[in-house]
Amino acid sequence: MRLSYPSNIKVIQVPCSGRVDILHLLKAIEDGADGVYIAGCLEGECHFLTGNLKARRRVNYVKKVLEELGMEPGRVEMFNLSAGEGPRFVEIAKEMTERIRALGPSPLRMDEAA
Amino acid sequence: MTELKSGSNLEKVLKAGHFAFTGECGPPKGANVEHLREKIAHLKGVVDAVNVTDNQTAVVRMSSWAASTIMLQEGVEPNFQMVCRDRNRLAIMSDILGVSAMGIRNMLCLSGDHQRFGNHPQAKNVYDIDSMQLISLVRKMRDQGLFENDEEIDVPPRLFVGAAANPFAEPHEFRVYRLAKKIAAGADFIQTQCIYNMDRFRNFMKQAVDMGLHEKCYILAGVTPMKSVGMAKYMAKMVPGMDVPDALIQRLQGAGKGQVAEEGIRFALEQIEEFKEMEGVAGVHLMAIEWEHKVPEIAERAGVLPRPQV
Amino acid sequence: MIVADRKPLAEILDMIKDMDKILIIGCKGCVTVCNVGGAKEVGILASVLKIARKKDGRPLHVDERTLERQCDPEYIEQVKDVVDEYDGVISMACGVGPQFLSQAYPNQRFFPAVNTTFYGGAVQHGIWEERCAGCGQCVIHYFGGMCPIARCSKSLLNGPCGGSAGGKCEISKDVDCIWDMIVRKKMAEGRLEDLMDVKPAKSWDTARDGGPRRAVREELVQ
Repeated sequence: MRLSYPSNIKVIQVPCSGRVDILHLLKAIEDGADGVYIAGCLEGECHFLTGNLKARRRVNYVKKVLEELGMEPGRVEMFNLSAGEGPRFVEIAKEMTERIRALGPSPLRMDEAA
Repeated sequence: MTELKSGSNLEKVLKAGHFAFTGECGPPKGANVEHLREKIAHLKGVVDAVNVTDNQTAVVRMSSWAASTIMLQEGVEPNFQMVCRDRNRLAIMSDILGVSAMGIRNMLCLSGDHQRFGNHPQAKNVYDIDSMQLISLVRKMRDQGLFENDEEIDVPPRLFVGAAANPFAEPHEFRVYRLAKKIAAGADFIQTQCIYNMDRFRNFMKQAVDMGLHEKCYILAGVTPMKSVGMAKYMAKMVPGMDVPDALIQRLQGAGKGQVAEEGIRFALEQIEEFKEMEGVAGVHLMAIEWEHKVPEIAERAGVLPRPQV
Repeated sequence: MIVADRKPLAEILDMIKDMDKILIIGCKGCVTVCNVGGAKEVGILASVLKIARKKDGRPLHVDERTLERQCDPEYIEQVKDVVDEYDGVISMACGVGPQFLSQAYPNQRFFPAVNTTFYGGAVQHGIWEERCAGCGQCVIHYFGGMCPIARCSKSLLNGPCGGSAGGKCEISKDVDCIWDMIVRKKMAEGRLEDLMDVKPAKSWDTARDGGPRRAVREELVQ
C-alpha cells in the first residue's frame, strides 16, 4: 500500500499471533525495548481459531508482571486487526509510538540515557 | 424416656409435657461480666433455659462454658453450646466434664461456622470430630460412662443433649433424614434454625412426624423476630440456609414508619401460636439476638408466662 | 499431583537481594504439570528477575536448569559440579525439592520460588482443585468416590452442615459443597441408607497430625 509507519517499530513476523510466547515479550523488555505489542487477527477470525485469544492472555500476563515490578503495564499491548487493514496497521503503530513516547524510555535504559 | 438423663430444668419441663420456651444469649466480646449479667437478667424467669453461644460466626467472645457458669450463678439455666471448629476431642471431652462439674446440664452440639466468617480467619481449623460424632460422644460419656477410647470415666457427666436442625438447608430432601440421624446418634432435643417459611416447615414437620421422630426426641421450633426490613432482606440474601418469603418482606414494608419491629413481633407471635398446636413441636426456641430486653414482652404476649415450675 | 503457586515477585527479589549470580532449578514433575515450575516457567522467572534488577541498576546473572524431579537423590546429584558457583539457588519445585537440595548441598543456600499448596488435579486447562488431604486412611468409597476430608471445608464425615447454598460451600462460591454432591449421588442411586449410619470419629494419627510420616517398601530396601 506504500503507507509509511513510524521507523522506530521493529516488525517480527509470525505465522500466527498465538506463536508469540510470554518469554518473547519478556525478552524484548529485558533487552531494552521501550514497548512491545502484538498485532493479531480480529477475534473470531483467527485461522488457527484461538491463537489470537492466547496471545491476548499472554499479553495480560506480562502486563501483570510489569505491574508487580513497578513498571508501566502499557508498555506491552495487544491489538486486533484484519490482514487487509493497511491503514489500521499504521494507526496502531502510531498509537503505540505516541503512548510509549509519553511513558518515556524503558526504565531498563536509565543508565544508558544517563 | 423414663428416668431423667440430666435433671435439667429443660428436660423436666419437656418430660412433663409442657410447651417449652428457650432463649439465647451471646457472651460479650470481652470479660465484661456486668454486661453479661444485664443480658441474663432480662431472661430470668421468662424462659426454661438459655442457649449460650460458642464463638458464634467464628468471632471470639468469652467462652461459652464461662458464660454458662456465670448464668448459673445468676439463677438462670444455661444451654451450653459447643462447636467442633475450635477444639479437638481431648479438649471437647475435658470441657464436657468441666461443664458438668460446674452444674451445667444442657448441651447443644454444633459443627460451627467456618473460621473464614469470623474475625480471625487465619486460625488453624480443628474439626477433629463433627457434630454428629459429638452427639454420639456425649451420649457415650453420659450413658456408658466411657471416654471415646472406651476408658472409664470417674463420675460420668450428666447432660441433656441437644442438636440443631435446619429444615431449609440443602439438599432439602435430605434434611429430615439428617434429623433422624442426629436423633439416632443420641440427640435428646433439637432446636431448629429460625423459621419464616411456615408452609415449608409444616411440610418438614409432617415428614418428621411420619417418621416418628417426635416420639424419640423433643423438637423445638426456632423463632427470630424481624426488627427491620433491612434485617429481613439481609437474612434472605446473605445468610445461607435461610428461607425468608417475599410475602413476609412485603408485610414488613407495608407496616408503616416506626411500626416494622412491632409487625415483626406480631408475625413471631402468630408463629408461636401455631407451633403450640403443631404436631411434633414440643416448644419454641426464641433467638432475639441483641434484643434480649424484648423477650419478657414477647413471652408475655405469646401467653407462655408464667413458665412451669417442675 | 502436587500443586503450587509462584511466590510474589517482591518476595523472591527480596530473597536474592544480596546476590549477583544465581541458578534457578526447575522440575519436570508436578510443577511442570501445573505450569508453575517447569523449564518454561524457569525461563520466565529468569527473564523477570533480570528485568527487575536491570531496572534497579543492579544486573543479575541467572542460569537455568531443569531436573527430572527434585525428590530423588539421583537427580539432585546432577547439579553437584555447578551448585557452588552461585551466590544462591532458587528452586521452583514443590517444598520437597529445596529441602532435598539443602540436604545434599549444605554449603549452598536454597530458596523456594513457589508456595506448595495441595494434592489435586486439573478440572479445566489452567485450573486445578484440591482433591486429597493425605489423611493416610482413604475412605472415598464410602462417599460415592468423593473425599469429604479434603473437599468439605469442615472435613465432616456426617455432613452436610446446612450452610451450603446452590450447591456451593458457605465459605465461597468457588467451592462446591461436596456433601451436596455426595447426598445427591446417593439419592440418585437409591442408596441413601449408606449415609444413615453415624460414621465414627476419624483416626488422625495416620495424617500429618500423627507426626511426620514415612513409607517403607521392605522388598526394595537393600
